[in-house]
Amino acid sequence: MRFVDEFRDPEVVTRTAEEIRRLADPGRHYRFMEVCGGHTHAIYRFGLKDILPANIELIHGPGCPVCVLPMGRIDDGLILAQQPDVIFAAFGDMMRVPGTQGSPLEHKARGMDVRIVYSPSDALKLAKTNPDKHVMFFAIGFETTAPSSALTLIRAKAESIRNFSLFCNHVTIIPAIRAILDSPDMRLDAFIGPGHVSTVIGCRPYEWIAQDEGKPIVISGFEPLDILQSIVMVLRQLQAGKAKVENQYKRVVSWEGNRAALRAMAEVFQLRPYFEWRGLGFISQSALRIRDNYAECDSERRFSVPGVRVTDPKAAQCGEVLKGVLKPAQCKLFGRECTPEHPVGALMVSSEGSCAAYYNYEHRKAMATSLAWPA
Amino acid sequence: MCLAIPGKIVELFPGTPHLATVEVAGVRRKVDLGLLQDDLPVSGDWVLIHVGFAMSKISEQDALDQMQTLRILGEDEQAMQEVRGYGLGLEDRKPS
Repeated sequence: MRFVDEFRDPEVVTRTAEEIRRLADPGRHYRFMEVCGGHTHAIYRFGLKDILPANIELIHGPGCPVCVLPMGRIDDGLILAQQPDVIFAAFGDMMRVPGTQGSPLEHKARGMDVRIVYSPSDALKLAKTNPDKHVMFFAIGFETTAPSSALTLIRAKAESIRNFSLFCNHVTIIPAIRAILDSPDMRLDAFIGPGHVSTVIGCRPYEWIAQDEGKPIVISGFEPLDILQSIVMVLRQLQAGKAKVENQYKRVVSWEGNRAALRAMAEVFQLRPYFEWRGLGFISQSALRIRDNYAECDSERRFSVPGVRVTDPKAAQCGEVLKGVLKPAQCKLFGRECTPEHPVGALMVSSEGSCAAYYNYEHRKAMATSLAWPA
Repeated sequence: MCLAIPGKIVELFPGTPHLATVEVAGVRRKVDLGLLQDDLPVSGDWVLIHVGFAMSKISEQDALDQMQTLRILGEDEQAMQEVRGYGLGLEDRKPS
């Protein structure tokens, strides 16, 4: 238990781990999906796999926005930004993500005006301070970041700022969960629900998972103890033969969500008929576009988008890993052609991607061990 | 981008009610309160911040716990880099 000493309350962690062992039926193999990339990162970082009994398997879900963004969208955004007098603004997470012709950082090295911003409101501020340029904000993220993008467009419109637009790649979590549950090669027993997305959407949108699909889902916080307690709550439901939505992260997530955030999203965005997800393919009504009232702030309508489509390399098995059919290390490219330094597939791109998390914590550890032991 | 950063509201601006100065581990920056307009925080309240927007009110204890979580996740430096970058990282610096 690598990080147990750092846990705030190691005794409670140990007791919770014992409770998990007591509740888990040794004759059964459990497969729980943690939807959120933040949970995936925490699970590897804290070595929670070492704490859990071997018959509880955690499957890493699609909740890493950088990972699920198709390369064609990055290409589209960078092609638009090649026009004269355009500033390409994006979160730091995007800067190293490869497009066909290189990442945003590599485009910057070749002369493109690329700026890192930490908030969409700072992209808007760039537009105000550069009135002779057009600032295009490359927006990504689930419902955690979409309300901030929405509010930024509301403010841009209210202030009549015309040299600002948003290239919208916001996606929504529920259709991705549905796509995973609909996948024929998928077998899951329960879900660990995302914490911060649920701050915005609340718990109600997950009810169909319990009611229609019969799968328990527990919204979880990000500390090791939160995740372990969520697993206890899932196991208790399974033991009682129940399936319901439970909220372990009540200190932050309310049942109804953040209504002001939902209002801002509804004012600015509407669902796209379909959107491509890296590794999962096209999913109906799974992403947001900008409403007609805000067309002037929509990069896709201000400019002509090439609509680049890039198929993932055939050898990369991102889809299977994303759906939990394969473990990261079972992909043919893992650790060889595909590493965090030179990512081929989507899940190696961000530290929250399951392949990168696995590589950084498990693979490097295994390599260090094999080097330490003489052959 | 996906980090939730805990901060304490230290200053409100009557003329611009959607803005507040927060303090995160000694660094002061302006954040947007627009997503909390149904239940606006007051000075001294703690909030969780995502990409420069306060997203939820939390207790002081939960704020301290969240900072500790970021630390043990190895993401505290990244979080502070994000906070320092708010407002493009320049003009909102705390007067010394």
